[in-house]
Amino acid sequence: MTDDELAELIKSTLTGVAPDIEGEEFDPDETFREQFEIDSMDFLNFVIALHKATGVEIPEADYPQLQTLSGAIAYMKSHGKGD
Amino acid sequence: MPALGADMDWGIVIEWLKQPGDVLSRGDIVAVVETQKGAIEIEVFEDGVLEEIKVEPGRKVPVGEVLALIRGAGEAAAEPDVVPPPPEEPKPVTAPVTTAAPAIPVQEGLRISPAARREAERRGIDPAAVAAGPDGIIGLREIESAAPAPPRAAGPKGLDLDEMRKAIAAAMARSKREIPHYYVSRTIDVSLLMDWLATENARRPVEARLLYAAPLLKAAARALTKSPQLNGRFEEGVFRPSGAVHIGAATAIRGGGLIAPAIHDADTLGLDQLMDKLRDLVARVRGGRLRSSEMMDPTVTLSNLGEDTADAMYPVIYPPQVAIIGCGAIVERPWVVDGKVVPRNLMTVSVAGDHRVSDGRMAAQFLNRFDRLLQTPEAL
Repeated sequence: MTDDELAELIKSTLTGVAPDIEGEEFDPDETFREQFEIDSMDFLNFVIALHKATGVEIPEADYPQLQTLSGAIAYMKSHGKGD
Repeated sequence: MPALGADMDWGIVIEWLKQPGDVLSRGDIVAVVETQKGAIEIEVFEDGVLEEIKVEPGRKVPVGEVLALIRGAGEAAAEPDVVPPPPEEPKPVTAPVTTAAPAIPVQEGLRISPAARREAERRGIDPAAVAAGPDGIIGLREIESAAPAPPRAAGPKGLDLDEMRKAIAAAMARSKREIPHYYVSRTIDVSLLMDWLATENARRPVEARLLYAAPLLKAAARALTKSPQLNGRFEEGVFRPSGAVHIGAATAIRGGGLIAPAIHDADTLGLDQLMDKLRDLVARVRGGRLRSSEMMDPTVTLSNLGEDTADAMYPVIYPPQVAIIGCGAIVERPWVVDGKVVPRNLMTVSVAGDHRVSDGRMAAQFLNRFDRLLQTPEAL
């Protein structure tokens, strides 16, 4: 996937678990928590959905790398989902 | 119209899910009511037959108003030709009213939900010019289709955050006016809990992982079974301890606002069950519907601030409850263990108690037990 496709996938995955943020602009480097008040339950649901969508195993220790849009894109690329 | 919490004084019946003649079992959802805290599903508390609907959809009625009559199992049906009255009157679908409910004038002729009315005001639409939906009421859908959508309003769809703020203000003002609060707190070393959780989650598939909120709820519920003065309701000048521990899990709403629906019998649930309940509750707070029992039943509240928030909180009791437990964020700090200063994960837990019912010492004993239970997470 290209960076743009990965960004779209990550945005739609987060919107899927937090439908009330649909249509929001994403700041690539701000944490989802800061931007959208994503709490630990939303975040766990996001990780579950991302795993289902990509098949990438995401251990709990890696959660901090997925807190921002840019971080999540980089994580997916480093796990074989980039071009 | 049941009081779905201390801060509710009116509700609007949105729809009836059962019709006269339908057989009802305890726990069945009979109607959906719009409140300041969103749409709530109204459950029945006993078996019977729905005899008569008294409040049609769209009407705003004060708490305490009879919504419908239910004939209990075994009670005789009302027959117009038969003179002797049934031994027992049909029981009204309502709940004990905890506050004097002022009568609220209903806007005659116009059937519109409060959320829809606010939305209409915001968009500058005259509600009288909007066609009602198939149920005869003007709801958000009708207002939204009456004009092009403006920028997204903060908060989940259908939930009016201004109304919710008013509801919170009313309940908290009552709390601060009526309840003599005291506070105690304890800093708890949760390193063992977090280590255990990390190990546990590492061997679990992502769908089955636990948040630390689950063991917190379980430990609090178990400790509360030994602190009856913190678990129950203070109503009409009398405290009634609760045998069951129904913990209200405070859940924040994006854009502002808070709901604390009950997790019933939290002390008897396993961690996985608690996690499932929590997930379900959060999902329904955010987008779906809560049930009347979840709004009416909490016997105590737990508010867990979560990661990257504040070290400690000084929560306000939600009447008619008599205690609230506040958990600060878990932070790594220097701590003395066996005479040495070592980095540990610490959480400051506060209890606000009602001095009409308990003293700080009882809350301190609760905190002691809570701490001890958290030191053996595998036994929770």
